[in-house]
Amino acid sequence: MTERNIAQALNDALDVALADPSVVLLGEDVGRTGGVFRVSDGLQQRHGAARVIDTPVAESGIVGAAFGMAVAGLRPVAEIQFMGFSYPAYDQIVSHVARIRNRSRHRFTAPMVIRIPYGAGIGAAEHHSESTETIYAHTPGLKVVVPSTPYDAKGMLLAAVADPDPVIFLEPIRLYRAVKGEVPDGHYAVSLDEAELVADGTDVTLVGYGAMMREVRRTVEALAAEGVSAAAVDLRTLAPLDLDPVVASVERTGRCVVVHEAPRTGGLAGEIVASVQERALYSLRAPIERVTGWDTVVPLRRSEHHYVPTVERIVAAVHRTLEA
Amino acid sequence: MTSAAEASTSPIAISIEKKLEMYRMMLDARLFEEKAHKLFFEGLVKGTSHLALGQEAVAAGFAAAMREDDLTFCTYRGHTHTLLRGAPMDRLMAELLGRSTGICGGKGGSMHLTDVTVGAMGSYAIVGAHLPIAAGAAWAAQARGTDQVAVAFFGDGATNIGAFHEALNLAAVWNLPVVFVCENNLYMEYTPIGAVTAVPHPAADRAAAYGLEGVILDGNDIEAVYTIAMRALEHARSGNGPVLIEAKTYRHGGHSRADPGKYRPDEEVEAWLQRDPIPAFRSRLEASGVATATLDQIEAASDAAVEAATEAARNAPYPDPTTLETEVWADGGSAWRN
Repeated sequence: MTERNIAQALNDALDVALADPSVVLLGEDVGRTGGVFRVSDGLQQRHGAARVIDTPVAESGIVGAAFGMAVAGLRPVAEIQFMGFSYPAYDQIVSHVARIRNRSRHRFTAPMVIRIPYGAGIGAAEHHSESTETIYAHTPGLKVVVPSTPYDAKGMLLAAVADPDPVIFLEPIRLYRAVKGEVPDGHYAVSLDEAELVADGTDVTLVGYGAMMREVRRTVEALAAEGVSAAAVDLRTLAPLDLDPVVASVERTGRCVVVHEAPRTGGLAGEIVASVQERALYSLRAPIERVTGWDTVVPLRRSEHHYVPTVERIVAAVHRTLEA
Repeated sequence: MTSAAEASTSPIAISIEKKLEMYRMMLDARLFEEKAHKLFFEGLVKGTSHLALGQEAVAAGFAAAMREDDLTFCTYRGHTHTLLRGAPMDRLMAELLGRSTGICGGKGGSMHLTDVTVGAMGSYAIVGAHLPIAAGAAWAAQARGTDQVAVAFFGDGATNIGAFHEALNLAAVWNLPVVFVCENNLYMEYTPIGAVTAVPHPAADRAAAYGLEGVILDGNDIEAVYTIAMRALEHARSGNGPVLIEAKTYRHGGHSRADPGKYRPDEEVEAWLQRDPIPAFRSRLEASGVATATLDQIEAASDAAVEAATEAARNAPYPDPTTLETEVWADGGSAWRN
């Protein structure tokens, strides 16, 4: 075990993955520079320029080439620098990567990972700060996962590399260096279809994922200080969406608050609320609350805290469920 | 790669067996697509279809030159490319008819033909999208030392889309074993390519931007296509990097089945029909001493194969509705998700 932050855990995962000669990393600046967030730092020196490949700024070309590598037998891990840069590759991801298995009836598959740092954190607004995971979670054929701890980051990335399906691997920019934890050395995998109950409680169930888990965990503590017992679920995977731990907890608490920084309309919270009420309506004692980003463009740094859900907003939502 | 002029003046020896095989390939493609067109108007081919009637020499010349394990990436105008790489005709026709016996089990249809067993790595219905994919497959071939070459066929319209330029740059900078073949049929859907392109030769004139030689070819002369294809494949296979070829050809019909192609001047259509690659090659074979009966036999065999494939396809069942939910992810359907 070694104490690592999320960026270090991901770096370690890629290093371990590269032991398999079919794995290659590619993306803008991933080699010599080690990536815009230095997640692949040192890997080109260790594994060579033919395994850790610097590409031009050409996202359609990066994902398209990675797809070609995957269908021809390699296991590419492509990096897109920011969520907003994934749209030039959107056609490749949605029209081809996600569909080739179905179109070819399993004979032609794309076992590949597209790593995308996402969400607010560097204060650069718009493309560098957004959280548009819904568009990928909405796409049949893709898996969409997002870790919030160093342990999960490494184990889920290794699982993603080994997965037979294309995986959109979202990396929470705010947490890259904000969270530390013990991470096993060598290879291990964390399942890509299981949410995790990270705090148990009896009064309310908080549901979150990725970067928002920091606020969710802090909300659990804030509520405890005022005598409210909150459970919290880290979804970890958005497609598939594992709601079993959420439903089990809601059956106990009768209250649920769903948190994400993506815009509210059409966000995953809507899907989660719909599914939870289908399965646990008669356990509910209050309407399910959503605490999300607003239906607007992610602003620059000075206003970012108005956009990203805060502990205060989540606590207020919990209070509304308690008063209902 | 040698220049176009040099290549055209130095033909390579093509055996008579190979010539007859190429004649057969063009006829298979022609008769298959003419039949598909008829079936469309009978309501049996669903959706839409994009025929390559008149362009058969490009597909046949390349397919005849490619190694069995080489990889073909083509477009929604891809019946011919898929067939001539060796996809079984009956299962290809069944796919067009959306039947469960089709090469994609009735899930792909006319525009998404894929048969990995013969190196037909998919027809892509988004213009230009397959070009970076072909580059990636070539990268994998190079990394694994398989000596395979990826060949990507695309229309003139694709030369104005970003993916074309991204793919050429990647292929050149990584020195990949990939051959890009532009089938310039003069029309980007309904619009003359010259009206929307900054240079006269939409592919060849862009080659210099990627350090490549622009190769222009008479795409209706199958011997010229075969010759250039052999040289290009050898060039790419030997580690000399990508090749970009522009084959001039012509679509006998419209862009898709709904398009009668009325925007084309009659005299232009007539001039190109005179240059139909199949009768032209037949005349050349006859002039070189091949018996008319031999050529008639080939034609009759192609016709019989298409009829048999059509009959089999007509009688095949449609896919079970439960297949809608299968093969979406590796563990099958979406039931676990919904």
